[in-house]
Amino acid sequence: MKRNAIAFWGFALLFLAAILLSAQFVANEYWFFAGYVILQFIVLSVAWSILGGYAGYVNFGTSAFFGVGVYTAVFLVSAIGAPLALQIAVAAIVGAVMGFAVGLLTLRMQGIFFSIATIAVTIVVETTVTNWRSLGGAAGIQIQRPPVTAPFHSYVQMLVFVQALLVVLSVAISRYIQNSWIGRGLQALRDDELAAECTGVPTLRLKMTACVISGALMCAAGAPGAMYLQYADPASAFNLNYSVSVLAMALIGGTAHWIGPVIGAILLGVTQQLLTVTISSEVNVLVLGVMLVLFVVGAPEGIIGLFRKGRRSEGKA
Amino acid sequence: MRGCRRPILALSLAIRDLDAGYGAVKALRGVSLDVATGETVALLGTNGNGKSTLMKCIMGLVRPWRGSVSLTIDGATHDLARMSPEAIVDLGVALVPEGRRLFPRLTVSENLMLGAFRRAARRDIARNLALAFDAFPVLKERAGQLAGTMSGGQQQMLAIARAMMSSPRLLLIDEPSVGLSPLLVSQMITKIGELGERFDLTVLMAEQNFNQAVRIADRGYIIVHGEIVVAANVDELHGNDIVKRLYLGGSV
Repeated sequence: MKRNAIAFWGFALLFLAAILLSAQFVANEYWFFAGYVILQFIVLSVAWSILGGYAGYVNFGTSAFFGVGVYTAVFLVSAIGAPLALQIAVAAIVGAVMGFAVGLLTLRMQGIFFSIATIAVTIVVETTVTNWRSLGGAAGIQIQRPPVTAPFHSYVQMLVFVQALLVVLSVAISRYIQNSWIGRGLQALRDDELAAECTGVPTLRLKMTACVISGALMCAAGAPGAMYLQYADPASAFNLNYSVSVLAMALIGGTAHWIGPVIGAILLGVTQQLLTVTISSEVNVLVLGVMLVLFVVGAPEGIIGLFRKGRRSEGKA
Repeated sequence: MRGCRRPILALSLAIRDLDAGYGAVKALRGVSLDVATGETVALLGTNGNGKSTLMKCIMGLVRPWRGSVSLTIDGATHDLARMSPEAIVDLGVALVPEGRRLFPRLTVSENLMLGAFRRAARRDIARNLALAFDAFPVLKERAGQLAGTMSGGQQQMLAIARAMMSSPRLLLIDEPSVGLSPLLVSQMITKIGELGERFDLTVLMAEQNFNQAVRIADRGYIIVHGEIVVAANVDELHGNDIVKRLYLGGSV
């Protein structure tokens, strides 16, 4: 356990150092644009998996949380010219509050009913923002990036590093939850909610905790998106594609372990970027659908499940 | 607090005039029932008569419509009808639910660990785990196996062992015989009796199998259509007309 923790934090530091160094040596800005999107998807799918994976509550509201993160940043920039760190911190708080509210409204529902309720949340939030004049309404809103500071050469490079920090933070939280009594309780209620209550697992409180943490991380992941695009409009910030992609990434990676959503997000995120560059962004959705079907049929436990099965059969042989 | 296993002098469960149900369906009508320290009480009745609903009311899983469920421990009375299941577990009550309700995709040892979810129980995990493995050696052999892949009898053992992981004083067991062969039913009932004696448990067991349940029970209640129709000592139960009609195939 101890050695695992050292390895984990060592790897996290290496990862951050590599991102920092790349800002010095990689000249082509495209890599940062693409890398940002992939890192953002890692945060989102790790966050999704805390409620959707550990607790088994399939959440279609990712785009609601993400979009609220984007718009929290937009609001702070246009209202008081808040710095990036403040935008992210406030977005995380807003996300936590929103997670609490959404959880209170929906977490008494189970299975498909919960999922449908989360779609409804997305639509409600999007409609609200669309009709919010001072945030640009349906037409969207432009924002200006402040000048960038050393050691970064461009603002996008800095955003990539910030998103990488969020990746480390979200993975560390997810890993902590998995190894703690919170994670055990969530696993128990995923398997059998009534049995979990019988053994004294405070199911509603744990689900609320998961929803709050998941919501805070999703909103935080969305916040730098405003500066990344220098523009926000409701149709793209609340695009249901985020919900579907993130869900697919987590499920394809496997939700039984924190590494699953990370693997899934890298795999699908890279594939999407390649397809966008080589064919078109529309093909993304098709490929996503095909991959999801293949995995649901062939490897319902995701990539993690395939590895575990492989290891188990090796052990027997 | 309970980690140090201060012996409890007195524990008694008193249910008074309990009504409960689901939506428009009333499952319990004016049920009154008592369980005193160290007793094993059988709640007898066939399917759909309200046994499980009563168990769930005691555990805080179903809110009664009317009446009271009170647990008195060393003079302090707790109103279970207003408490959450986790608070009731903290008081030393554990339920082995009907149909076992294990965590099928978790291993045997993960299931046992979850039985000790409450903070007070976590400190005693090592000791309780040893006791569980001692009582049910097959669980030790299969510690790494997924609970859902075990046989019915083994699953029932695991369900009981999981409940024991919270060091309960009052053990509620809902239909331990469901889906088991006659031989296994007999062994399971004997085991429950042994555990009760060994750990000074107070036991309330819901059961359909009259002959098996009364082997280890001190007293029995018979519940029909949500009402208690007979409350008697085990010896008296054998001679009771209603029992003869319901269970022993006699005609009255």
